[in-house]
Amino acid sequence: MTLADFLRGELGLTGTHLGCEHGVCGACTVLIDGASARSCLTLAVQAAGHEVTTIEGLGTPENPHPLMRAFSEMHGLQCGFCTPGFIVSAFEYLREHPQPNREEMRRDLSGNICRCTGYVKIFASIERAAELMSS
Amino acid sequence: MTWVGQRVARKEDLPLVTGTGLYVPDLKLTGTLEVAFVRSPHAHARITALDTAEALQAEGVVCVLTGPEIRGKVRPMVLDQEAAPPGLETAEPEIHPATIEILADGEVRHVGQAVAAVVADSRYRAEDAAELVRVDYEELPAAIDPQKRDNPIVFENVPGNVQARYRIRVGDADAALAGAAHRLALNVRSQRVTAAPMETRGVLASTVGEETNVWSSTQIPWWVRNAIAGSLGIPQRLVRVQIPHMGGGFGLKVNVYPEEVLITYLSRLLQRPVRWVEDRVEHLIASGHARDQLHHVEAAFEDDGRITAVRDRFVLDSGVACPYPLSSAYNVASHFRSMYAIPHFAIDGECVLTHKMFNLPYRGAGRPEAAFVMDRVMNAVAQELGLDPADVIRRNLIPDEAQPYSMRMPYRDGHEVVYDARGFPAAFERLLELIGYEEHRRSPRPGRGIGLGTYVEGTGVGPFESGQLQLDSEGRVVVYSGCAPHGQGLETTMSQVVADAFGLTPEAVVFKAGDTALMPFGAGTFASRSVVTAGAAIIESSNRLLNRIKAIAGELMEMAPEDLEVGEGMVRARGVPTRGVSLKEVFRASSPGPGARLPAGMDAGTTETFYWVPPTVTWGFGVVGAVVQVDPETGVVKVEKLVMLHDCGRVINPLIVEGQVEGGLLQGVGATLYEEVVYDAAGQPRATTFLDYLLPTSAEVPEIVQESLEGAPSERNPLGVKGVGESGPIAPPAAIANAIIDALRPLNVQLNELPLTPPKVLAAIEQARA
Repeated sequence: MTLADFLRGELGLTGTHLGCEHGVCGACTVLIDGASARSCLTLAVQAAGHEVTTIEGLGTPENPHPLMRAFSEMHGLQCGFCTPGFIVSAFEYLREHPQPNREEMRRDLSGNICRCTGYVKIFASIERAAELMSS
Repeated sequence: MTWVGQRVARKEDLPLVTGTGLYVPDLKLTGTLEVAFVRSPHAHARITALDTAEALQAEGVVCVLTGPEIRGKVRPMVLDQEAAPPGLETAEPEIHPATIEILADGEVRHVGQAVAAVVADSRYRAEDAAELVRVDYEELPAAIDPQKRDNPIVFENVPGNVQARYRIRVGDADAALAGAAHRLALNVRSQRVTAAPMETRGVLASTVGEETNVWSSTQIPWWVRNAIAGSLGIPQRLVRVQIPHMGGGFGLKVNVYPEEVLITYLSRLLQRPVRWVEDRVEHLIASGHARDQLHHVEAAFEDDGRITAVRDRFVLDSGVACPYPLSSAYNVASHFRSMYAIPHFAIDGECVLTHKMFNLPYRGAGRPEAAFVMDRVMNAVAQELGLDPADVIRRNLIPDEAQPYSMRMPYRDGHEVVYDARGFPAAFERLLELIGYEEHRRSPRPGRGIGLGTYVEGTGVGPFESGQLQLDSEGRVVVYSGCAPHGQGLETTMSQVVADAFGLTPEAVVFKAGDTALMPFGAGTFASRSVVTAGAAIIESSNRLLNRIKAIAGELMEMAPEDLEVGEGMVRARGVPTRGVSLKEVFRASSPGPGARLPAGMDAGTTETFYWVPPTVTWGFGVVGAVVQVDPETGVVKVEKLVMLHDCGRVINPLIVEGQVEGGLLQGVGATLYEEVVYDAAGQPRATTFLDYLLPTSAEVPEIVQESLEGAPSERNPLGVKGVGESGPIAPPAAIANAIIDALRPLNVQLNELPLTPPKVLAAIEQARA
């Protein structure tokens, strides 16, 4: 069983989405010991003994992560299907680059596909989140 | 405070950003069975043997269905939803209904067609058992190239495989071409693409007794309900279709699919919840494709670049069906001449069946194809005459004094195409200014080019849309609509509209849509129509509800309704703000029975409904400029900047409009440079994963500059709005192609076949050098 199916089916953590199941779109991105991974290409058993962080672990509706607030504020999502994976990737990116710049973001986030936004407002959302997180 | 026009953050976002949204694959119902399909590996074949015995024995399998087993119980869908309306007679349309089979019965007609459905207690087991279904095929000759006239017949009811055809004649293009000072001819192709929403399709059906609840990732819940009922031969009331959260559509989910019918049937048969979630490989071969048009165009023009006539003949490769021939093909004719005054125009379009997946109206629906042809012609005229392409466009633009301009042909709704927009020249000059056109022409840099494109867009098409308003016990305004939002932010924009009408905040408005239990009639969200049509229905029902509220409050306050005003949750006496009743009190007074305080003759409750039937479409337009950098050694193109100016009438939420335009533009970049659904000569699809079907990523995003023109509000709907959802992808193909041609000057390159991949650019360079 894949890690994605385990998270979604066995644990009921359906915030991790499946967009392609062949490791291209990034909708299923989670953190394994803090590093981003495709949960569709990872077997659940491979995660045994490791710490897995999903979108649900970053924030909740009652206490949303600054990235979550920023995505809404800057309109960094439309249909929302790619959004959890994007936020997980952006979380990792901001941890490594607390002061984001667009050229880096264009490259570092190119493993997450969004079909709705054209990415422009996703970049703006991540920049806004960096502001929120530093204040 | 007025909410319309504000950059309001969306109401729908919190569940989506926190991962607590619920899409079809996330819904949980006890005892849900999962389905995997056995699909055809052949473009065209006869099924000679079909054996499900071994699959039925597999662990966890509950049922396996095949075409012969559902014969007489589940009818194929015969879709004639786009029969020609009155007014379209001059186009001489000939349209045959599209047939969509639920499961293949004896014959398969495209790779990916469903042959058998395997139902098991888990998807893993269903997929394993699907491999145990034995199907023997006898391959048959297949129709692959729609240009060939001796293809095997795909469906007997479609003679010559021509499912739809039409012709338009404005003026006398033949005579104008015969007597022209200059002429040119091009073959222009928009390739087969797919919308590729990030959520694939999915259906969950649950049956209690005779009634089935269907959750589907669809843009058209009411039509899905009607089609399911029709196919199963049951009353519509026994099927409720709703969309939970939905991960995009772009036109791909604007059709009723076989799986929606079959999953409903299975749930009714087994009396259990049954779900199917499409995987991405299935999506790329068994969800609708789009575009796929080959045009042969001729143009007549004067020495100064003014085009006097255009004659176009095109074939749309329908695959096994073109369920919306007017949207996919007739839109080409009605948008072809874009912002230009071209007096003579002739076009002949055909939708031709082949043994491929069916063809649907993807975002733009005929407009990107038309705009690509028209603005390639504009640029080719400039190349031919050695003129600046901007001058050629300028000389052909419809001047303001000629507006409202009639294109002297019917729209697909049967009404005459008359633009209700103006300011084409001003928008074009502003584009040149924003993109730095003059400076680029004065001092071009090696490998850098600027190209231009234009478009018009009929938006807010019928047939109708619904709006229903009522108060709730908290004094909030509850809005129902037949639209089906899935990312467009309609909950927010419609709440802004209603908030203004009632003097409330958007938070005090509750918006619900996309559920057939809400109202008897609805259409859906597609074709840049929801803000126009649902917006009009909602504003009209708002007016009715305001009148009702004032009448009831008048009864409570013993005042004339005309002397009352509604705002901030209260109904107050005009000029006497201390005297008033709350909307909660109005709600209580509207209740049936002894508590009622209704004016004589008024029914209980507060529900008001309006069905908006648009007079015809309202016309948006726009201009797009592309800046590209081309490497002539490799043929690699980088789009550095896109500038777009667009008229969408009155803007309700600029943030949302910007998002629609940005996303649309990038889909346009994808269709221009990267994306193609490739079939080989045997009808085998060759792009079956996202490794082969290349979507633009963040690394491909150009700098995007946009301005909303906000000309006069539309007079064709009460909100003064025009649609904007589809505008983004229309003009980029022509603008980018023209920019590449510009970058390669002084070579006289022609680029007329999308996508413009590096090998194609290199080939064009070599051809120009030869």
